[in-house]
Amino acid sequence: MSDSVQELLNHPVAGRQSKMTSKLQPALKRTFRQIWKYRLSYLFMAPFLIVFTLFIMIPVLSGVVLSFTYFNSIEFPKWNGWLNYQNLLSQDVIFLKHVIPNSFKFALFVGPVGYVLAFLLAWLIAQLPGALRNWYALAIYAPSLTGGVAVVVVWQVLFTGDRTGYLNNLLLKWNIIQQPIPFTIDPDYLMPVMIIVTTWASMGLGFLAILAGILNIDRQLYEAAKIDGMGSRLQEIWYITIPMMKPQMLFAAVMAIANTLKSGQIGTDLSGLSPTPNYAGQLFNDHIRDYAFTRLELGYACSISIVLLGITILFSRMVWSLLGPKEGE
Amino acid sequence: MKRRTAGRHRLAAGGIFWSTLRSLDHTQRFLIVLLTLLGVFMLLPIVYVFNHAFKPLQELFLFPPTFFVHQPTLDNFTELFSFSDQSFIPMTRYILNSLIISAVSTIGMVVFGALCAYPLSKHPFPGRKLIFGLILVSLMVSVEAMGIPRYLVVRQLDIMNTYWGHILPILALPLGVFLLKQFMDQMPDELIEAAKIDGASEFRVFTAIVLPVVSPAVATLIILAFQTAWGNTETSQLFMQDEAMKSWPYFVGSLTTNLANNVARQGAAAAAALILFIPNLIIFLISQRKVIQTMAHSGIK
Repeated sequence: MSDSVQELLNHPVAGRQSKMTSKLQPALKRTFRQIWKYRLSYLFMAPFLIVFTLFIMIPVLSGVVLSFTYFNSIEFPKWNGWLNYQNLLSQDVIFLKHVIPNSFKFALFVGPVGYVLAFLLAWLIAQLPGALRNWYALAIYAPSLTGGVAVVVVWQVLFTGDRTGYLNNLLLKWNIIQQPIPFTIDPDYLMPVMIIVTTWASMGLGFLAILAGILNIDRQLYEAAKIDGMGSRLQEIWYITIPMMKPQMLFAAVMAIANTLKSGQIGTDLSGLSPTPNYAGQLFNDHIRDYAFTRLELGYACSISIVLLGITILFSRMVWSLLGPKEGE
Repeated sequence: MKRRTAGRHRLAAGGIFWSTLRSLDHTQRFLIVLLTLLGVFMLLPIVYVFNHAFKPLQELFLFPPTFFVHQPTLDNFTELFSFSDQSFIPMTRYILNSLIISAVSTIGMVVFGALCAYPLSKHPFPGRKLIFGLILVSLMVSVEAMGIPRYLVVRQLDIMNTYWGHILPILALPLGVFLLKQFMDQMPDELIEAAKIDGASEFRVFTAIVLPVVSPAVATLIILAFQTAWGNTETSQLFMQDEAMKSWPYFVGSLTTNLANNVARQGAAAAAALILFIPNLIIFLISQRKVIQTMAHSGIK
């Protein structure tokens, strides 16, 4: 129901009355009436919002406060003002020289490539007959299902640094290289290896959501398009599949950004060294973990995570403006 | 006699397989070959987990690690069970803890998430943008920074060493709300309005119309929620001092990390990893099948 109509009925002369005093009061009243009108909506959300506030909002807000302090987890935090941020952006050589470029390189490859692959694979699976889909979906989702441990082992077999590693063995046999390459330890190779492994393992939630989204599209749309003369599969994807599943595409994109920027530990898992050789595989989260748990400078660690949070929000706003619902949609 | 029926079954299954294959067009056959090759590669970790658990000790320590087990043995499982027999808490207790925690929190995550997503998607209440914005932002927070404040909240609520201490902190799953809301956004509003005109209450609209339509998303969320809850070690580590209240993945973790150099328990750890993995696999297979079936049958899109 249109609210403005109801409002006119309730306050027929509200706009015309006096100037200052009565301007605020009706506005407040209106808001309260609106809130009361939607009390059931708030009731629906209450269970989630209560746990959300307790275990996410409060901890995050205290994280923001802690980022302005010196805090070693034993003594009471000491107020530091902007010092942590100043140090982070001017003194922290590792952060500026390694962590930022590494994280961006990593995220720029893994994010978009993983996203496109997730869409492509989901689309391919959706083209198969129904009985087979479940098994292919399982295969593609397998790395996310087994978690980190097995993933690293699988790739270590391939990338082991001496001639027993499969890849080195092959390259040596074909005389492409003379010396085995220590893929996971050499700073030059670590980042590409990390990117490959993470992309392989990134067919997780985004992939499942896209697959469900594609299957959700009404088949009749495709048939109608065929009758109207749509020829190729590519046209189908561009004009029907993607527009019809915008919400899922947006979900997958935001999750891809959040997850790639938040990932860490992979460099350490692959090389077996912490920190990674020459900081070649140091990502945002590795830096945070380093300060939080090794050096116990929790205030500083918090300020790094706030910077990371800012960057992530910035990126997802960009995606939102590309894929998000436009006005009037 | 028995063998013959088994053979016939196999034949029937094979027949269905071949007839499906024959009914495909060329593109589909090409796709199947391509996806099969890729799928086999992606499946490697699962193959590895299964094989690893049955490897005898000398095979576990081969370097580089081998994929397939050559002389399968059940030693690792007997070792795991006898190891936990000697310890103070029996292994079954950890598994029971984890099953209770994961069942309750999976249901909670999905129910709370769905209840929250529905008004966010369909009701224009004041503050909607703000709440959805907060949920979105919380997706991007890394958990590392939240440990200590969370500990304080749990202590204030006095739920340490209880199941609630495991369940409540993980119950708010922002990405569940986000996922379900995105699917609900696709539902036509007319559907809901029609039901309301027919006299259905909000709650009835929610259970009888909204939930069935987004059931593929719910099934997807179940996979993820269960995986999150079942694999969670953080609550055991931070909020449980009582050994009997700790969870199975935490116990497995302590087998592998603290005893990295302990040769004897590597086998037990491999067996434990398999037991850790199997519930995830089962939930995935059931839920994902549900996604595909409901998609095929649902009339309202």
